[in-house]
Amino acid sequence: MYIMVREIEGSLLRLKFIRDEGRKIAIDTIKEIGAPKTDPSDRVDQFMEYVTIPPESMDPAGVVWKLEHILDIRDDRFKDEIKLMAPAADATNVNNLENTLEAAAALNVIYKVIRHFYILGKKTLSLYIIMQIQMLLPLIMREAEAYASALKAFSHGQPIGDGAGALVAAKLMHGHRKKKIEKDCVVAKVPLDGRTAYVIKAEGPGGNVGKPGEAIKHVIEEYDGKIATVIMIDAALKLEGEKPGAVAEGIGAAIGGPGTEAYKIEESILKYKIPINAVIIKEDIGDAVSPMRKEIFDATEEAVARVNRLIKEKTKEGDAVIIAGIGNTIGVGQ
Amino acid sequence: MELDNEMSKVGQAGARRFSSIVLIVIIVVLALSLTALYQAWEAIQAGDLTGGYYLLIGFVGLALSTYMLLQTRRRIKRFTLETPPITTIIVCPKCEFKNVRNFERGDYILKDLGTCSKCEGTMMITAIYREVPEKRKEEKLYP
Ligand SMILES: [Zn+2]
Repeated sequence: MYIMVREIEGSLLRLKFIRDEGRKIAIDTIKEIGAPKTDPSDRVDQFMEYVTIPPESMDPAGVVWKLEHILDIRDDRFKDEIKLMAPAADATNVNNLENTLEAAAALNVIYKVIRHFYILGKKTLSLYIIMQIQMLLPLIMREAEAYASALKAFSHGQPIGDGAGALVAAKLMHGHRKKKIEKDCVVAKVPLDGRTAYVIKAEGPGGNVGKPGEAIKHVIEEYDGKIATVIMIDAALKLEGEKPGAVAEGIGAAIGGPGTEAYKIEESILKYKIPINAVIIKEDIGDAVSPMRKEIFDATEEAVARVNRLIKEKTKEGDAVIIAGIGNTIGVGQ
Repeated sequence: MELDNEMSKVGQAGARRFSSIVLIVIIVVLALSLTALYQAWEAIQAGDLTGGYYLLIGFVGLALSTYMLLQTRRRIKRFTLETPPITTIIVCPKCEFKNVRNFERGDYILKDLGTCSKCEGTMMITAIYREVPEKRKEEKLYP
């Protein structure tokens, strides 16, 4: 038991170091690009303690919209807070700072939870409390390291592995006229093999996932459901042993997050009975949030080829299709 | 925040105490193994066969203490956050002039960077990525 406590203590020290480093990077970035009039440290500390209370789901009907509303308020609140902290930051930098601070807050939560169990374990001398945290420790540490590298990537505005889907969409829509669409997304009408593709991605290059569900719904409604297929491209977690950057195909709404966007997409494709295809690019949690690996970057080319092939095989000339690149578009333009 | 400070004090004191104990143990083991080696040398000089045992003990002790010393050094090294090098690739689509440099703040994929130095084309960032060194790619190790 003593050995386990020691191990937790060692990890806790490392977590504290990571958290403090993250906080420092966040504050330095705000000072660098935000030109704050006062020291932002106190505000950053407050930000790191923010809590979001999820809606009550005892009566689950309509809980998706409640959750979405709560998340919207949270997002607005964060952006307001950042504009106060960093008045000189432009829209791109506000988004990047928001992501940076969220990563710092996540590190803070991890540190506090482990500390809670560490102290609780020492107080109660309960083997089970100590054991359960010690058993999960390797996974938790991996997650913390991932958040730490995410934080660095966000503070510099570097593209991350999760942005692979957005990058595929960016490559497809590059050079075509883009239109802004609901909640931080862009759509471009792209001719592809005689078909018309409506390519959707979150608006870059600021750190942003947008609301692709809302955007897809909007395009489907705009064309009265006359869409031959929806193709979604997203980064997905790989299993250990799988190659990073492997491309796979499948069926279904390929989108992570809190589930509100997936819900909207599933609702609207059901209404018009539109088939949905997914192209996923595999990567592990560390790669998903740290600066994009070369293997994953290269995989986006293959994903573009797969999308083209899917369109050729699944649709006829003259059809309209929706191609949505999902993921955080930080460091990816369009 | 009060608990936080308390925790950090406990943690730091713990780490310091831990490492100083380890250091003392390492030094003691090192001294003992050196004595054992010396004894072995003396015994072998005198033609005593038990010298072999001393030799064994001496070498094992030496190996153990150096290993532990390296371990503690690794512990210290773990307390840093590494920054991987990020590459930005800039290409002129017209004359295929290619420029590779380190990432700078403000870079993003598909960003226009003004006219090309070789022709009238527009330079564009086509790629930003991180290269993982060969030895850290583990996927080849498994069937
Ligand atoms: Zn040129």
